[in-house]
Amino acid sequence: MPNLKDLKNRIASVQSTRKITSAMKMVAASKLRRAQEQAEASGPYAERMGRMLSSLAANVQDSGNGPKLMTGTGADKVHLLVVISSDRGLCGAFNGSIVREAKRQITRLQGEGKTVKLLTVGRKARDQLRREYASLIVESYEDVGRRRLGFSDADMVATKVLAMFDAGEFDVCSVVFNKFKSAISQIVTVQQLIPFAVPGEAAAATDEVKPLYEFEPDEEQILAELLPRNLSIQIYRALLESAASEQGARMTAMDNATRNAGDMINKLTITYNRTRQAYITKELIEIISGAEAL
Amino acid sequence: MADKVEFELVSPEKLLKSQPVDMVVVPGSEGDFGVLAGHSPMISTVRPGVIDVYEGDRIVDRVFVAGGFAEVTEARCTVLAEEAVALTDLDRATVEKQIKDLSEDLDDSKSDAERAAAEAKLAVARAKLDALTQASAH
Repeated sequence: MPNLKDLKNRIASVQSTRKITSAMKMVAASKLRRAQEQAEASGPYAERMGRMLSSLAANVQDSGNGPKLMTGTGADKVHLLVVISSDRGLCGAFNGSIVREAKRQITRLQGEGKTVKLLTVGRKARDQLRREYASLIVESYEDVGRRRLGFSDADMVATKVLAMFDAGEFDVCSVVFNKFKSAISQIVTVQQLIPFAVPGEAAAATDEVKPLYEFEPDEEQILAELLPRNLSIQIYRALLESAASEQGARMTAMDNATRNAGDMINKLTITYNRTRQAYITKELIEIISGAEAL
Repeated sequence: MADKVEFELVSPEKLLKSQPVDMVVVPGSEGDFGVLAGHSPMISTVRPGVIDVYEGDRIVDRVFVAGGFAEVTEARCTVLAEEAVALTDLDRATVEKQIKDLSEDLDDSKSDAERAAAEAKLAVARAKLDALTQASAH
């Protein structure tokens, strides 16, 4: 027969676990709201930049050679993967699925005979990828946007990527991140950053009349400044999406944990009560049989 | 109103301003330009400087931007700025201190990349100071 005291202790411990998980869930929910607001706030900038880019690109493509960030280096040998994960755990399959996708990409690219380099954002991606691919990691960032994710955080990553690109250390750059769909579902997304795919003609075609722009200074120069900016903003968007996804995933995971803890408490309480009754019955029997013996 | 231009100031972190105005003067990299309604479409880079927003003949708003891009169409003027602060929120002492710190950074910088980054920041801080000097001269 299980010990009553042990059972009581277990119930108490599960109860305190439940308190923690439900608090974490609430914290995640409020952080999620903030992250979502931030992601929405960055929308207008990205949208306008996209619009500017597509009108610029249309002009430059006519003239022939655009900047390398858009046309690529012409080679396809070295790939840089920017893997964005979180710094902390306890958020369900969030980091696991990112790392799995990154590994899948690495295997695929290496299978095609290409060289892969990794740049990780967040402690989890670094720790998990280091086991197998330590030699591929060129740089890893931690504590990105610990307090509040700012554009400067994205800029820091983008500067590094650009410096590497200018030094000719890679040809193609993609970012792997969790795209926020809803609080309960995140989609692992691989997005190519360099060479930058200009948001298709389809988007431009919806504008009724495409105005003919004047450029000051000329198209090439603007584009040369705009593209690095665009890289930063794309990374910023990815970081924001990832941050919102992380909180969403954590909220769901903690919600499940809270519910499971509740179930467990119920089960343990039933066992506890049964055991308690069994003890009482046993004692009664002992008393009665003792009295009868007299 | 038909003779107003829709002025938008956007930073990566949020949409800062979106309002119809009579005229805006934007510090383009090749010289300041004023935008009225019906301006011919153009795209320009923006140097660090002050954007003036006019309502009639009066300046109603002065915003410092640390570089970026401007897109002008007949009905709209969009400025994508990396950093934007209302001129009234800038404090002379802080900016001067910033310049001092950055000059030290510049002296300490070891690699070319560090030097370039420090120089760029210094240029922005200097432009802030210029803007303040001008504003107080008025």
